[in-house]
Amino acid sequence: MGEVSRKTLKPRDKTQLNTKIEQTKPGKVFIPDVDIYETEKEIRLIADMPGVTADKVNINLKDNILTLDGEVETLEGRDETPIFKEFETGRYYRQFSLSHVIDQSKIEAELKDGVLKLTLPKIETKTPRKIEVKAE
Amino acid sequence: MMGYKWGSGTIDLRTAFEELERIRQQMDKLFGDLAEGAIKEPTLSAGVFPLVNLSENNDNYYVRAELPGVKPEELDISVTANSLIISGERKIPEEENVNYHRREREAGRFSRVISLPGQIEPEKVEAKCKNGILTIILPKAETSKTRQVAIKTE
Repeated sequence: MGEVSRKTLKPRDKTQLNTKIEQTKPGKVFIPDVDIYETEKEIRLIADMPGVTADKVNINLKDNILTLDGEVETLEGRDETPIFKEFETGRYYRQFSLSHVIDQSKIEAELKDGVLKLTLPKIETKTPRKIEVKAE
Repeated sequence: MMGYKWGSGTIDLRTAFEELERIRQQMDKLFGDLAEGAIKEPTLSAGVFPLVNLSENNDNYYVRAELPGVKPEELDISVTANSLIISGERKIPEEENVNYHRREREAGRFSRVISLPGQIEPEKVEAKCKNGILTIILPKAETSKTRQVAIKTE
């Protein structure tokens, strides 16, 4: 663990998904903020998806395309009237194309406090073949 | 655009420039309209983290904020009779010996004051953190509750 950041957080509006393909369900779709890093053995992806519960999140890996999809239910109760609204809620959706071959059977996902953590183990590649140059 | 022909040698320059100017103005208007359409409905954002939604029903005010990954012990909430302060720090551990592909999530301190539209009962305020969403329930003081007025029939 490194040094703890001391900077002041600035508010940011959520980024809406921009696509020509319409979804069947009405409502807004947002792109979750992510951190992605790579270690020798795995790729780790951390996504901020506040309001998403474990049963409403879908992670899919197909043809090296990783899809994150999470639904958020309306936060306000039925009897509440809004006074002001600074953020909106909706679905989270984002796709990544992975450059590494991932061991599908060993993918791990954890969702806690609205943060999704994914561990994608790389398939171990054989040690690069060394080609010897023959000297005549 | 009817009064002249390209290449005929009888171009009325003044008319041509007027025409260009007219087209330019129309384009400006068109793009202006497009840009306006793209701007989302104005939010009353105070420009301070975290962004909050405020709503009410007969008995309470509700303040909600998205704080993914922030633990309750990293949050500090204080209330007065008509305002609320949310402060804390969002921590994101720095991983060592890794190669980052993307870093979009941000860490840092925050502190925000929210003025409530009416009086509340500070000692009855409740706060909970669930799935990265902070919900604060602020019971209204008797004075700020809406009262139903019965209409007498004579």
